[in-house]
Amino acid sequence: MKLLYFAWLRSKVGMGEETVAPPAEVRDVSSLIAWLKERGPGHAAAFADLSVVRVAVNQDYAGLDHPVRAGDEVAFFPPVTGG
Amino acid sequence: MIRVQREDFDAGAELNGFCAANGKVGGVACFVGLVRDYVGHDPTAGETVRAMTLEHYPGMTERQLAAIEAEARGRWPLEDCLIIHRHGRLEPGDRIVLVLTASAHREAAFQACQFLIDWLKTKAPFWKLEETSDGGQWVEARSSDDELAARWAKDGNR
Repeated sequence: MKLLYFAWLRSKVGMGEETVAPPAEVRDVSSLIAWLKERGPGHAAAFADLSVVRVAVNQDYAGLDHPVRAGDEVAFFPPVTGG
Repeated sequence: MIRVQREDFDAGAELNGFCAANGKVGGVACFVGLVRDYVGHDPTAGETVRAMTLEHYPGMTERQLAAIEAEARGRWPLEDCLIIHRHGRLEPGDRIVLVLTASAHREAAFQACQFLIDWLKTKAPFWKLEETSDGGQWVEARSSDDELAARWAKDGNR
């Protein structure tokens, strides 16, 4: 599973992308985040307040209950500010 | 049509070339977004912005912009539609975004143009990092932008 981080989430996590192989109990975005928070203080800080984190699974916006599986591209980023 | 690019664009040339050969077009609406030179909403109180870096999510950006264009074409009878959005480091006065819409009549062109920029601001994955004398700071999303986008969800064609 490929993970991408943008804007201040990238700064907090300390990298723009990583490839991970989460355990079988990680089935949706919510459980993926819970697992990621255990990976280190950077990840824990990035996901401390989920109200300012948006998620995309395979380049479409997704909610916390959206399923994730091996091979997915999951991106985490703040609310967008383009235009 | 969607273009996501680092380079500047020539709004006048794009406008002149837009639908030049399409006799069904009766009106073209144009929006150009620029980099402001102050932080926040109050130009007298805000700190000066030296530059702004626009980060984006390659792939998803094009995908979301194409979906927004398709939505506009479904709602209004557009002859053509162009969105150009830049990324990278920009300075005050630089152009960020261009939206052009062409239709037989002005109302569809005006409404679709406004819809596109409103939806783009809340759905296209871009993030602005402002450079001030204090260093860099990520611009926070504004709830007023969400409200402007939401009116199109409520009212459809208004």
